[in-house]
Amino acid sequence: MKGKGIVWIKAVVHGLCLLPFLYLLYKYHDGSLALLADPVNYLTHFTGDWALWLLLVCLAITPLRRLNVKLSWLVQLRRMLGLYAFFYATLHLLIYVLLFSGYDMSAAIEGVRAGRLMEPLRQLKLIWPSMLDDLEKRKFIQVGLLAWTVLLALAITSPQRVLRWMGGKNWQWLHRLIYVAGAAAVIHYWWLVKAGVRTPWKVTAVLMLLLAARMVYWLVKRLKKPVAA
Amino acid sequence: MLLRVKQASEITSSEITPKETVEAFYRMRRSRRDVLKGLGAVGAAAALGGFALDAEAETKLNTVPSNYKVSDRETTPEAKAKSYNNFYEFGTDKGDPARHAGKLKTRPWTVKVEGLVKTPKTIDIDTIMGYRPIEERVYRFRCVEAWSMVIPWAGYPLAEFIKAMDPLPSAKFVQFISDDDDKVMELPSGIEFPYSEGLRMDEAMHPLTLLTFGSYGQTLANQQGAPIRVIVPWKYGFKSAKSIVRVKFVDKMPKTTWNDMAPDEYGFYSNVNPSVDHPRWSQAHERLLNTNSLLPKIVPTLPFNGYANEIGAMYAGLDLRRNF
Repeated sequence: MKGKGIVWIKAVVHGLCLLPFLYLLYKYHDGSLALLADPVNYLTHFTGDWALWLLLVCLAITPLRRLNVKLSWLVQLRRMLGLYAFFYATLHLLIYVLLFSGYDMSAAIEGVRAGRLMEPLRQLKLIWPSMLDDLEKRKFIQVGLLAWTVLLALAITSPQRVLRWMGGKNWQWLHRLIYVAGAAAVIHYWWLVKAGVRTPWKVTAVLMLLLAARMVYWLVKRLKKPVAA
Repeated sequence: MLLRVKQASEITSSEITPKETVEAFYRMRRSRRDVLKGLGAVGAAAALGGFALDAEAETKLNTVPSNYKVSDRETTPEAKAKSYNNFYEFGTDKGDPARHAGKLKTRPWTVKVEGLVKTPKTIDIDTIMGYRPIEERVYRFRCVEAWSMVIPWAGYPLAEFIKAMDPLPSAKFVQFISDDDDKVMELPSGIEFPYSEGLRMDEAMHPLTLLTFGSYGQTLANQQGAPIRVIVPWKYGFKSAKSIVRVKFVDKMPKTTWNDMAPDEYGFYSNVNPSVDHPRWSQAHERLLNTNSLLPKIVPTLPFNGYANEIGAMYAGLDLRRNF
């Protein structure tokens, strides 16, 4: 697919990827977000779920396009999907820092309103030690931060220009870290749920399937290759 | 903390739950219900993420006032307390119980009293509710997940019930077993049901421990553990067993669900203790869910959830860091 077709498809995918975010804005606007019993918990899970789902969709592109050569245009959506996964992962991280960690958002907002522009930073300094303590003690936060850091690196190096500057081989090696991000995100999920809770099994199964598809492809390709004498 | 009845004049306007909020919530709930009824699509409620049609909605419960108030924290809006529940028998999402627990039939309901008692018996819920006057008590409620609410419960001291049951002197613990009817519940795999919880006899006899039948002046909503549960306000919420069908007096520490599943995360005692972290989060603070504001209110967690004075020397000689 070339030209106009892909432009339209890209526009639709942009719209779809933004829908969850627009939904949050809508819920904020009509007040129903604040009426939820625990808005912070809702926002945390909502953004975490979408980050992970979009990451899996991004990882599905390669196995899907390998099914049929007519699907090869799908690869043109991959970067966009990865960037949206990073977008929701960043929202997820910001919600942890600003709303979950104990950061006093009300004080920060009041400070800014009263003209003390450094208040948000001052509040961050107050909570910083307990956030570091959280990071030091809790494996699920470490692995979550690892996933986000990888996505950050991939997002920064995503423009064509950076690819050319890095060289295709290097770039490809770096971007294989997406598997680390995917695995880390799923482990993050398993480590945060209670013992006995099996809700992460669906995303785990999808990730396994997507990785298995790559292994099968690689094995088949190797078997087909004539063995060098 | 001093327990005292607040004078009407002391209640600030900010302390009163905005009534329009509760009404808006119920309006939304009703209108959704009407639409579903109109479509004749009762079963679609769950699929639409709406609330299940309550088979038995909460009814008014007459209570007598008590001295148990929370003077330093506002009461949680009723709609929040009834839509955010950990009741894993109806699903692991905190919205699941409100969606699915409508199917639970709370009448007829009996509680079997067994184990080390003079006469084991099975008692009807309405008989149990008639034993003593039902008091309204406002307690802090602290979940092990580091959020908290302030809830007006309705019940009478568990001690009164226990005395009426006449346990043998050899009874050292009380075990509570919850309903596990898989015809109406969505028991998640991975957790062993029926849910079991337990208290040491002195904890069960403590005047704070409430045998609870209602909240907010009504009978308990099904998602809160109707028709009968316990509330142990100085312990994490999961210690307060819901929808109880059996009360068993035993001489050894009973097996309890979460402690059995993850002993490093949930102790038998599970007293609210800001100095003992859960492996996955700090217990030093809690998100106080008692406003209709988007921004979280994070407050320090108090030892024994603010009931340290009442608890007194009950745990003297027990290392609470090890026996968390």
